[in-house]
Amino acid sequence: MAKELKFADEASRQLRAYAAEQNIEVVWDRYEKMQPQCGFGTMGICCRICTMGPCRIDPFGEGPQVGICGANADTIVARNLVRMIAGGSAAHSDHGRDISHTLLMAAENPDSDYKIKNEEKLKAVAKIYGVETKDRDIKEIAKDVARKTMEEFGRQEGTIVMATTAPPARQKLWRELGIFPRSVDREIVEIMHRTTMGVDADYKNVIKQGMRASLGDGWGGSMIATELQDVLFGIPNPIKSMANLGILKKEKINLVVHGHEPVLSDIIATVAQDKELVEKAKAKGADGIGVAGICCTANEILMRRGIPIAGSFLQQELAMVTGLVDLMVIDVQCLMPGLRDVARRFHTKLITTSPKAKIDGVEHIEFNEKDAVKIARQIVESAIENFANRNGHGILLPEHTEKLVAGFTTESVFQFLGGKYRSTYRPLNDAVIQGRLRGAAGVVGCSNPNTEYEENHITIVKELIKNDTLVVTTGCNAISCAKHGLLQPETAFKYAGEGLQEICRAVGIPPVLHLGSCVDNSRILRVLANVVAEGGLGNDISDLPVAGAAPEWMSEKAVAIGMYFVASGVYTLINHPLPIEGSKNVYKYLTEDIEKEVGGKWAFEPDPVKAAHKMLRHIDKKRKALRLKPMMYKQAFKPEE
Amino acid sequence: MDKILVVRSERCMACKTCVLECAAAHSEEKTLESAVNAEEIRFPRIILEYEESETFPIHCRHCKDAPCIAVCPTQAMSRPNEESPVILNRDKCIGCNACIIVCPFGVIKRDSDGKTLTKCDLCYERLEEGKDPACAAGCPTGAIKYVEVSELNLEKRKESIRKYKVSLEKG
Repeated sequence: MAKELKFADEASRQLRAYAAEQNIEVVWDRYEKMQPQCGFGTMGICCRICTMGPCRIDPFGEGPQVGICGANADTIVARNLVRMIAGGSAAHSDHGRDISHTLLMAAENPDSDYKIKNEEKLKAVAKIYGVETKDRDIKEIAKDVARKTMEEFGRQEGTIVMATTAPPARQKLWRELGIFPRSVDREIVEIMHRTTMGVDADYKNVIKQGMRASLGDGWGGSMIATELQDVLFGIPNPIKSMANLGILKKEKINLVVHGHEPVLSDIIATVAQDKELVEKAKAKGADGIGVAGICCTANEILMRRGIPIAGSFLQQELAMVTGLVDLMVIDVQCLMPGLRDVARRFHTKLITTSPKAKIDGVEHIEFNEKDAVKIARQIVESAIENFANRNGHGILLPEHTEKLVAGFTTESVFQFLGGKYRSTYRPLNDAVIQGRLRGAAGVVGCSNPNTEYEENHITIVKELIKNDTLVVTTGCNAISCAKHGLLQPETAFKYAGEGLQEICRAVGIPPVLHLGSCVDNSRILRVLANVVAEGGLGNDISDLPVAGAAPEWMSEKAVAIGMYFVASGVYTLINHPLPIEGSKNVYKYLTEDIEKEVGGKWAFEPDPVKAAHKMLRHIDKKRKALRLKPMMYKQAFKPEE
Repeated sequence: MDKILVVRSERCMACKTCVLECAAAHSEEKTLESAVNAEEIRFPRIILEYEESETFPIHCRHCKDAPCIAVCPTQAMSRPNEESPVILNRDKCIGCNACIIVCPFGVIKRDSDGKTLTKCDLCYERLEEGKDPACAAGCPTGAIKYVEVSELNLEKRKESIRKYKVSLEKG
């Protein structure tokens, strides 16, 4: 009997059951087959760095306690962990680099399919880099900004300029600790150097480099991606849309974009509205062309264009199981090669587009920014052509959709709180100071078949808002929240505490704010910096009554994100532990001692209610330290006296 | 010599080293490489059972009064001598499944050819060389051990005395 989904949205449950019935193997089946999973890997005590090994440390103390080179569990665990950070930081930052190149192209080539959509944001970024904006042509500014941001990746001297947007106290601390990131790429390279055979063996020193590289991601690569995407594709504004697989329509051509970057998907969204192509679709008997997204590509075009979301990471295969996806086009990251095998069971055409991400046996149409519209047209036409091949096989249309509001940003949302004419974070800070809001939490990240799909995401978010904690969300947590109806203003009156309800009612926002994709976790960093700058809540991010969580994490990117939040001073909770349990020292360091150094720390808690309570306890600790007023309304989870 | 395989499942890390060692020990050249590159790939004989997030490596118990030997119509299943483990001769096996039905432990399984059967032979070739079975020799945490029955019993008796003393002290 295939494992049933117990908590997930109705559409996922139905499609998963249908896939099992039809013997279509999806992620949960492969997970079951993989059990039991190797404990050495889970605990981080398997070292494959040189070929004297592989070496494994016996966690029971009977067998080897050091590898062949003499590296102990602490060293091995720390090295493995920071290599995950290198992988995660590389993914976000390579994305950021590509956006810099796209901006340069848009500025240099008058025929480019990309335009500078938001001049205001461009000028704001220019200011960070000291690029002159007065009386200058916008394209000239863009060229300089593009080049300045590109320099961040391979800088040989000095430090990352974008990271100077962090609070001054935080920057000072990073410099004192020697973890102020110097350049995005360099810190990743240095991780690989330090962790190769026979280099850095001091676990704290190894982890220090992990922190520095992750900061290069959060305050560098990811932030550049976010900022320049806003320049190129526009700053998101609150926008209504729909989520879940029910948005795939029987009568329409369904083109699903999946992956992480908006560079192609944004153009596809435009091209799909092209009259000529819509006519072509109609000639084939379809009622227009529907574009829907999965994963962070979905978040990118949702928040800027209101393109509906088909699903999150674990639904990528289920989308095909509807039998309604005529074409799925993928770019980079979180793409399961299993898509190929599921696609073969249906008429669905799967197309890879990035030279960095091919799947053997899958059609590849290489995307390049120079011919963006041309390539997007080719892809849309391919979807139209494939509509006729629908064979009715597997068509099971889950009707389920949920309404949502997305598209909040550092600029828009919190200024909302100040009202239309008062663009300031003051009201947000005041709400926290006066005890109307207990604090704020970022709940983000992946889904993982090792956890009941969506249960942790939804339970944790509900428990937090119930206790007057405003939640900001990105990535796949945002998609799960959308599918479960938590991204609607009405949500406040169903689930939120009284204080948070008051704010949501006054401003007309949901209690859970969709801030974008996973590179947009940098928006959360920026929000935290702005709250500190607004004043009244301490001098540094580590003073704020806030916490972060990735309750169903799976990716190396989540480790990089978690580490840059910790190193920025944020209490960061994940459900299953990092793969560090093989070293008591590393475990203790990351979950306790590191807090004395950077003000943030890691916490692990698989039970979502207990997890939310741990976050609330941390928030209360910070409120107490700041001597904030008692909570205005009764709290479901009482603060300790 | 009266040795048996003893499993301490609480130490099992599910790393599957025993599975790979088993395959290697039964390959042409006794290496993992020859096991995975064999013309005819054979299934490993040890089974990792997974129950409520605990992993149990399971072997043939080499019963002294083995029902599988009793039911085998072709004498494919046999114990060549008094000391020897229960061994399945693949050439004689007709795949009638009778042994599967009578085995109380469920450790006889179909091999990769889909016809013949396979089971743990306690690495009798290694035993002749004075080595422990491959799974026990390879286990990195000592979850699988090949131990003398008298030693095991002695250890258990001492442990029970310790527990008894503690309970007496606690009243």
